[in-house]
Amino acid sequence: MNRRLAERPESKIDDTVNRGMQVLKEYTADDDRLMTLSVGPQHPGSGHFRFTIKLDGDYIVYCDPDPGYVHRGEEKMCEYRNFIQNIPHLERPVIHDSANITYSYSLAVEELAGIEVPRRGQFIRALTSELDRQVYTLYWLAIYGIFLGHSTMFMWPTGDRELFIDLLDALTGARVTHAFNIPGGVRNDIPEGFKEKALRHIAYYEKRLKEYENIFYNNPLLRQRTEGVGVLTREDAVKLGVTGSVLRASGVSFDVRKAEPYDIYNEIDFKAQYMRSGDCFARAYVPFLDMKESCHIMRQLLDKMPASGEVRAKLQPNPKGPPGEAYRRVESGRGALGYYIVSDGTPRPYRVKISVGSFRNMLALPHLLVGAKLADMPSIYWALNYWPVEADR
Amino acid sequence: MSQGSDPASKSNTPSDNLTRADQSHANSKTPPVPAPVSKPGTSAKDLSKKEAEPPAFEKGIIDRLVKEFGSKVRVLYIRPLRMKIAVDPADIVEIATHIRNALGFDHAESVAGTDYPKDNQIEVIYHLGSYGVPELEGHIMSLATRTSRDEARLPSLINVFRSVEYHERETFEMLGVFFEGHPRNDRFLLPEDWADIPPLRKEFRIKGR
Repeated sequence: MNRRLAERPESKIDDTVNRGMQVLKEYTADDDRLMTLSVGPQHPGSGHFRFTIKLDGDYIVYCDPDPGYVHRGEEKMCEYRNFIQNIPHLERPVIHDSANITYSYSLAVEELAGIEVPRRGQFIRALTSELDRQVYTLYWLAIYGIFLGHSTMFMWPTGDRELFIDLLDALTGARVTHAFNIPGGVRNDIPEGFKEKALRHIAYYEKRLKEYENIFYNNPLLRQRTEGVGVLTREDAVKLGVTGSVLRASGVSFDVRKAEPYDIYNEIDFKAQYMRSGDCFARAYVPFLDMKESCHIMRQLLDKMPASGEVRAKLQPNPKGPPGEAYRRVESGRGALGYYIVSDGTPRPYRVKISVGSFRNMLALPHLLVGAKLADMPSIYWALNYWPVEADR
Repeated sequence: MSQGSDPASKSNTPSDNLTRADQSHANSKTPPVPAPVSKPGTSAKDLSKKEAEPPAFEKGIIDRLVKEFGSKVRVLYIRPLRMKIAVDPADIVEIATHIRNALGFDHAESVAGTDYPKDNQIEVIYHLGSYGVPELEGHIMSLATRTSRDEARLPSLINVFRSVEYHERETFEMLGVFFEGHPRNDRFLLPEDWADIPPLRKEFRIKGR
């Protein structure tokens, strides 16, 4: 049995709707070879998330994700508040990446209500979302480090995260959950001396990234624990509809900023970072490449930004548009983040659906865990760039 | 890094990596028109103008669909990068299969259900995207269908788009739409002891509101 699982057969997910279920059929219900483990929600390695796994010896033969421990009903709450009141609660699912989760919401509301954003406002909005991408990715990297037993990689990103939190604090007035990107632009203009401070921080941070690479990504222990582990082929990644770093680690160079440039991203020179191997190492390394590229983007945003001008369009007190619907998305720290908003012509949305990267990447979890060893579970799970609170909404 | 990203090969994907959809594109007699670089409309005024004269690339995609299925496909709008069609529940699997095989949309980004008590209907809308066809990367095909609120049943698209599994399961518990053919129409995000109507139906009210 173990040998059969170890030679992991090439996955054909079309004819087996749930691979875990299929494998499980080979066992009887009271088979004493199987042991059931519940991972989370109190397990320190799971976040606010639980999944049940069944083990045969060291090998995982079944995995059933059970999200919902931090489900808040964001979509229902949206129907009771007007378009502006919705901003503060919509950023709760990912407080580290709150600029991106309100970005696509703002784009969708602008499309519905016919709001034009001033050019300077577009630049500041893109800058905020790049800063938040760094904050989120560093936080994720810290967690990935600690769960692979690399405590230095927990300390360093947690400390360097303060570089960007400082900048965001100066820019928005809040360390996390800024409520800064709003329909029509951003709330406030950039403070005095912000550009110099930002360039200084970015220069220091790029030096640190080289050290990250040396101590973490070139570490033989990390290589052993991630290379060749949990391989997601390009074909499977497309079928499962995963997004963000998980998708780009499998050889698809899809980035919403490239595919559908919003605001001023078509004026920015950057490349969608991707790798071909599809294993946990690629999934851990693609966000690192993203962080490097994001520094390049931030420099250009600071350079090309108009020196003065409006940052926010004048809105009517309760912005509303004609009945209609919009689907807009941005590239967040976890991949494409889309909002589907239906408006019935009143100042409140009729229906809001948030399509988040974490929820889409969760589908890859049972796919990758079935057939893997239990010891590889943290490596596979955290490399999926999964944020339980965002998936639950 | 041995596996560092390789920007040079970004534009020309190796042919062995081509999906089935790519190959059907290559074989078809009418090659797809290169997608114009366009942004989705930023204002409603722009949109109404553009809707009067739909963008050529998007219109070409919809025309191919209408040519194949005729009156089974009702076109709701064609905007830059966005298209929406409505179909009957009986035809949805056939049309979705065609959208995947011939048009190249290979995954679902989201499945959203919307409750319309006035019409006594629930609309389920699949937002389909494409990773395999480079010129469709920015496009979203919205495939909508409607079912009665009293007996909400729809055929599942799980055998066409594998990526709808959790989205359909969420729609089941949030709106009470049963997906025939889906392996698990059961609890997902809500608490285990949830004993109320599906919460995204309009008659479910948040307490105190």
